[in-house]
Amino acid sequence: MSAVRSFVDLLAGRRDPAALTSRDWDGVIGVARSEAMLATLAHRIAGAALPPTVAALFADQRAAAKVAQAQALWEAEMARRALAPAGIEFVLLKGAAYAAADMSCAAGRQIGDLDILVLAPDIRRAENLLLTAGWEWVKSDPYDDAYYRQHMHELPPMIHKARDRMIDVHHTILPRTHRITPDALALVGDAVTSGAGFAVLNPADMACHCAAHMLADGDLQGGLRNLWDFHTMTRDFAAADPGYWGQLDGRAVLHGLQGAVHRAARLSRDLYGVALPSGWDRQDPSDACFRRRLFARDDWGRVTEPALEQAFYIRSHWLRMPPAMLAKHLWTKWRKR
Amino acid sequence: MRHSTRIAVGPVQFRIGSDWAEPIAALEHLYAGYPQDDTRPAEATVRLFAARPWRRWLRPSVHIGGDFVVPDALPLPLSMGLLAAEMGMNLQVALGWRRHMLLHASAVAQGGRALIMSGESGSGKSTLAALLGEKEGGGDWRLMGDEFTLIDPAGGDAFAFPRAVSLKNEAIAEVAARVDPSRLGPLLAATPKGDIRHLIPRADAIAAMHEPARPALLLFPRFGGEVAVEPMGEGEAFVRLTEASTNYVALGEAGFAALTRLVRETPAFTISYPDSAAGIALVEQIWAEAAK
Repeated sequence: MSAVRSFVDLLAGRRDPAALTSRDWDGVIGVARSEAMLATLAHRIAGAALPPTVAALFADQRAAAKVAQAQALWEAEMARRALAPAGIEFVLLKGAAYAAADMSCAAGRQIGDLDILVLAPDIRRAENLLLTAGWEWVKSDPYDDAYYRQHMHELPPMIHKARDRMIDVHHTILPRTHRITPDALALVGDAVTSGAGFAVLNPADMACHCAAHMLADGDLQGGLRNLWDFHTMTRDFAAADPGYWGQLDGRAVLHGLQGAVHRAARLSRDLYGVALPSGWDRQDPSDACFRRRLFARDDWGRVTEPALEQAFYIRSHWLRMPPAMLAKHLWTKWRKR
Repeated sequence: MRHSTRIAVGPVQFRIGSDWAEPIAALEHLYAGYPQDDTRPAEATVRLFAARPWRRWLRPSVHIGGDFVVPDALPLPLSMGLLAAEMGMNLQVALGWRRHMLLHASAVAQGGRALIMSGESGSGKSTLAALLGEKEGGGDWRLMGDEFTLIDPAGGDAFAFPRAVSLKNEAIAEVAARVDPSRLGPLLAATPKGDIRHLIPRADAIAAMHEPARPALLLFPRFGGEVAVEPMGEGEAFVRLTEASTNYVALGEAGFAALTRLVRETPAFTISYPDSAAGIALVEQIWAEAAK
């Protein structure tokens, strides 16, 4: 069995960790690192009987992830202190939100940049306040800068000059030029307060954003991780609220994300083995491509299907902008190489 | 991958895969005397690969990959495959290892106490450690490593990472004059880091690689100029070691506590020296007078 399939089976609980050979572990650890999910796996099978060196490595990973999460939440607090005095409220997105809400996908999850969502009318003020508070622009290229401001769903990335941490300030969750336009006002207006005191998207919107990020915006880089987020959050939300899948469907329709959300649900069923309610539990032949892309990693952690990877990269751009604009954008980027 | 090998250095088990046989053969020669445990899963993966299939044969150039990669890192010619492997291994440890606080420093130990030397490339920290590790008569230094010194955040002990020592430029002749030629790797001439030749550490240093040593002295050497010794305050040592650590920030509070303790409990000095003989004499003098 390939390492990536063993890895997914371990996460899904379909495979007994004690049955893995030492060579299996090489591949599983390599794949998990390539997917930035080693600490996630370390949490998922924390109680299992493991080879001593693997158990020690996993303990390191859990400890390191705990520190990284505390640092990520501190970064969120720094943003709050910069923006709150001016009356700008924000909603935490992705990794930091999962940590703030103490969700099960947060256990061991790597958190990269701080992603926050503010109302579109607040975005210029938010930018100025962050610049005053020590963040600075990363991109110096005027074309990139203008591109972000005119067409993207976020400001050009900024980095804090003392703490060296990036912040992405969003005003919606998909690029302005994307074929789909989610209801950003509803996302912010219906946000809920997490245990840590930060606003986060409500359970249905959170899954919509997760699916949008994975399937409507990205090229499935880090797809296994995003799908794991989607799988665990929908599972836990549905366990807490029997009406959850219905609400999710309703919000997905509101945001124009029904296709992405349903596909994410089907993929999480196929990979991680969740049972879906009727109305969701369908088969779609085109899912096969997505599954192939998600499993396209060899035992050394390398992407095995460059053509498929490239196809998904092109697809992500195709969805993001109209063809004429895409051509102009690619021409400009190519000339700048 | 087509060719691969497994190497254990200190607490890290590597698996190294390569599109070519040569770098793997060179590694297996350098690391033949290291403990082998083929049943142990690898904690870190290094890949040496050709970016395009034909570049395996046509002007072969070695890209460095693995669990962690540096974007836009330049490839090396196949003749420097050993250097590529070494850089790949260093990278995985620098970016991936979390059990210990990593200091970019060389270290030698004597009687369970460690002398840690930190400095920029060219400061002579590798050469001093290698020469101390080879010293005959009276010297019973154990080489702990020339690149990384690992500090246990809980107990404060130093642990060894005795990879093959990377000798550079003038240091090559200096060390070659003192050791059996069978302990030296091939000469890698005119690499981006200068001429490089690897030294296999002494067998006793490899055998003792899991033994902790208590930090007893911190030195910040500088090669060149008159012999000089300057005590360094805790604050400056702290700041310099945060810069020398690749995972200080990632360790958070545990890293701060470990580093604070290290600089409080360990005397620190900057030293300057005009040549290796003077450097060795100076280091041993300070060790005798000031080491804890």
